[in-house]
Amino acid sequence: MSAHTASDTTGERGKDTPAVVIDSVAKHFAEVHALRGFSAEIRYGRLTGLVGPDGAGKTTLMRIMTGLLVPNGGSVTLAGLDVVKDNDAIHIVSGYMPQRFGLYEDLSVMENMRLYAQLRGMNADQHTDIFESLLEFTRLGPFTKRLAGKLSGGMKQKLGLACALMARPEVLLLDEPGVGVDPVSRQDLWRMVQELTDEGMAVVWSTAYLDEAERCESVLLLNEGKLEFDGPPQELTDRIKQRSFRLTGVSDERRAVLSRALDLGTVGDGVIQGDAVRVVLRDGAGREEIDALADEAGAKLEPVQPRFEDAFIDLLGGGPGGTSALADRMDVVELDSDIAVSCKNLTKRFGDFTATDSVSFEVSRGEIFGLLGPNGAGKSTTFKMLCGLLKPTEGEAHVVGHDLRRATGAAKSQLGYMAQKFSLYGLLTVRQNLEFSAGVYGLEGAVKRERIDEMIETFDLKQYLTTSPDSLPLGFKQRLALACSLMHRPPVLFLDEPTSGVDPITRREFWTHINGLARKGVTVMVTTHFMDEAEYCDRVALMYRAKLIALDTPDALKHTSRSDKHPDPTMEDAFIHLVESADMEDEARADARAAA
Amino acid sequence: MNSETNKTSAGAVPRGQANREQASHKFDGRRLLALVHKESLQAIRDPSTILIAFVLPVVLLFLFAYAVSLDVREVRIGVVLESDTASAQSLAAAFAGTRYLKVTPVRDRREVTDLVVSGKLRGFVVIPQDFERRLASFVAQPLVQVITDGSQPNTANFVANYAQGVVQTWGAGRRASAPPAPIRLEPRYWFNAELESRRALVPGAIAIVMTIIGTMLTALVVAREWERGTMEAIMSTPASVAEILIGKLLPYFILGMLATLASAALAIFVFDVPLRGSLLSLLTLSAVFLIPALGQGLLISAVTKNQFLASQVALFSGFLPSFLLSGFLFEIDAMPTAIQAITYLIPARYFVASLQTVFLAGDVWAVFLPNVAAMMAIGGFFFVIAKHKTRKNLEF
Repeated sequence: MSAHTASDTTGERGKDTPAVVIDSVAKHFAEVHALRGFSAEIRYGRLTGLVGPDGAGKTTLMRIMTGLLVPNGGSVTLAGLDVVKDNDAIHIVSGYMPQRFGLYEDLSVMENMRLYAQLRGMNADQHTDIFESLLEFTRLGPFTKRLAGKLSGGMKQKLGLACALMARPEVLLLDEPGVGVDPVSRQDLWRMVQELTDEGMAVVWSTAYLDEAERCESVLLLNEGKLEFDGPPQELTDRIKQRSFRLTGVSDERRAVLSRALDLGTVGDGVIQGDAVRVVLRDGAGREEIDALADEAGAKLEPVQPRFEDAFIDLLGGGPGGTSALADRMDVVELDSDIAVSCKNLTKRFGDFTATDSVSFEVSRGEIFGLLGPNGAGKSTTFKMLCGLLKPTEGEAHVVGHDLRRATGAAKSQLGYMAQKFSLYGLLTVRQNLEFSAGVYGLEGAVKRERIDEMIETFDLKQYLTTSPDSLPLGFKQRLALACSLMHRPPVLFLDEPTSGVDPITRREFWTHINGLARKGVTVMVTTHFMDEAEYCDRVALMYRAKLIALDTPDALKHTSRSDKHPDPTMEDAFIHLVESADMEDEARADARAAA
Repeated sequence: MNSETNKTSAGAVPRGQANREQASHKFDGRRLLALVHKESLQAIRDPSTILIAFVLPVVLLFLFAYAVSLDVREVRIGVVLESDTASAQSLAAAFAGTRYLKVTPVRDRREVTDLVVSGKLRGFVVIPQDFERRLASFVAQPLVQVITDGSQPNTANFVANYAQGVVQTWGAGRRASAPPAPIRLEPRYWFNAELESRRALVPGAIAIVMTIIGTMLTALVVAREWERGTMEAIMSTPASVAEILIGKLLPYFILGMLATLASAALAIFVFDVPLRGSLLSLLTLSAVFLIPALGQGLLISAVTKNQFLASQVALFSGFLPSFLLSGFLFEIDAMPTAIQAITYLIPARYFVASLQTVFLAGDVWAVFLPNVAAMMAIGGFFFVIAKHKTRKNLEF
């Protein structure tokens, strides 16, 4: 078997010849089963989504397809070549873009491209036309001399794509190309991939974002190493046709309504969407209960288009209930002032670089306040200043009345902080983690014991007390992290990308707790890159290039981007619209300056 | 396929049969060249590489040439003169006259004890009140008392022995005024006539510098590829493992040779170390030493795949053994037998011996050949394991 046969067959292959044949493939690492043996086919001229939450086995399958891992059972053929036996040829017919940026940050855009061209057997000097077309395709033309490390997240991904496309592979494998990419650049990536599939290339796009799945022509839905669904995404959403509803006119009571709806036996899943509540009924359930609830709350119930995420949750048997055992135990938070968090002209400079530029806002008690923005927009810096982890260069910030510049300690005792990726101590047991965080916040004696026992009971952690947090199931890990940050009953809770890398069911449970806490008057500050999660927020602040470019309710933000093309814009559409108009304003200002 | 018509898209890339055939070759010179070019660019752009390859050697050589000295010179001692006789005075003068000791003369031993305690003196010699009586006595009894600072054993030994020597020479001188000694000893030191330790240390230091570049730098740069995920991307291209590894090592081999040349120039022109052998043999020996050094670095990074771990392992398995067990600083003959056996596994041992020979003695191929064979054997061993540990996939 050699490369010849592969390229010979490509001439007459049709859209129906499989590009990749997965035959009961299984893979385990020590005790962990990454892939549990399933079969599927991936076709040419089509964008196939490899969809599933983190840990579902997507990357493992990608690496097997590109010949970097050897399956323990079953086989995979790519473009007619066995990934194990014809390993060398696989690297010729496939282009692979790993999840982590795999290019050299200390080489320029052009140097990286030349390297990959030469590694793929092309003479870089003879094929200047290829370079030009790739640069035009990726719109990287103006940046050829820039070091890859200095590119933005989106441009890095485009460069990765350009390098993977060198010598034109037959199958293009993209592992989570949408991660760390702002919605604008993501739009660009979709456009490029669309062009490639139109030309007959097979493209596999792996993603944990379920909204990305809807854009794929065909989807392989993975969960815990099993193939849950194989087919067009529409086919899956059709299964829950006429089971998705929206409750409108409940704006002030929406959290209470959601909580009650989720506790109904007939409701399988529900989320907040701006001012409305969106619910999905269980298979075969009647409308009676939800109708009754709508009547009682004075809400209007209207059927809506089902989404892929709804269908995924339904496939897994529905989300958790609507009552937060945690929030039930909390006392209602009373504050002297209605303003829990505020900042004025908050600015942070690192040398010449301004990370946060004169940001001001106020957050009221019991509000869920979202901070959104592309990578590097300054949201983490702003967040860190508000929790007292960074000192502002200029401006002031207050948490529950404490000035963060002077009374950092006092302010910190009033806030709970849950860092990205949970930041639990893997070498301590679950109980020791709880004890540590109680100790850190100065709890002692009977109070400390009481609180810890309470957390163990609320979050059902008893069975895991002596294990390490590393070996906990994801959902429990998140519960533990939340328990640790709430040990001292803070009136303000800071959540930094709390749900990144978490499956949708665990995210539902998380938001049930957050909604419950907000109803008890806890103020919640949250950063997220899940656009649909911004919908849970009362208000959203959008940061771009260190500046606050928009601050409003999710519905109002969506409203600004409404057009004939997008009559019902999503949060992502709104985001793109706002960022683009900020760009246009900047350009207009630059032009005006140039004219003057 | 409409790739030919769609000019703006990536589809314009031709899919020539030639490309594919060439790409499927197991070993391809052009791919190797591309990898070497990439690695060289990275090495040049990384300031730490230049620091390790060119600044560190200069610092090390200066340290070994000036700060580290195994020669004992001008050791500060006290001489307590409790007797005032002419012979006692003349013995004290003999102490003061040697260039190896720097004498503080006192009358009372209490004055010097404090100075020894505070470390200002390394010891003292007491010429006792009854010196004349002892001198005249026929019974063998010590003439003087020597007190030394045992917290620095080497210096203490030196002071004790040397004081003994001064007394004996002095005694011999007194008798010499009578009949002349029948035999005169005149020692000659070969290769390093002035017995300057710098001349032996500087060539040895080159071995340390080469270990740092060969083992530590290589271990770090390969581990960096694993850590940053660039290895995964490279492995998904048609480049073979051999190309990837050679592409990685070649630039550092050249860097190592350049650093050797620079160190040798420094040694010869700045530190006055003679190069009695030829430059060619020096370079040949260095090139051979780079085989085990690079092989070890490669093996470390292939196993650890993590920069921090790689640097620690390189430090303990590469740098420290070359420093302590190569015979560069501590003579192997003086080590316990078990440790001596271990030194045979340290490639730097063979290199230090060869370097000292090529600098101080000349081209003695009888010395070089066994050393070259040993370095090649160790290097080959490292490479075989490293190649075995680096497969073209991400399986462990």
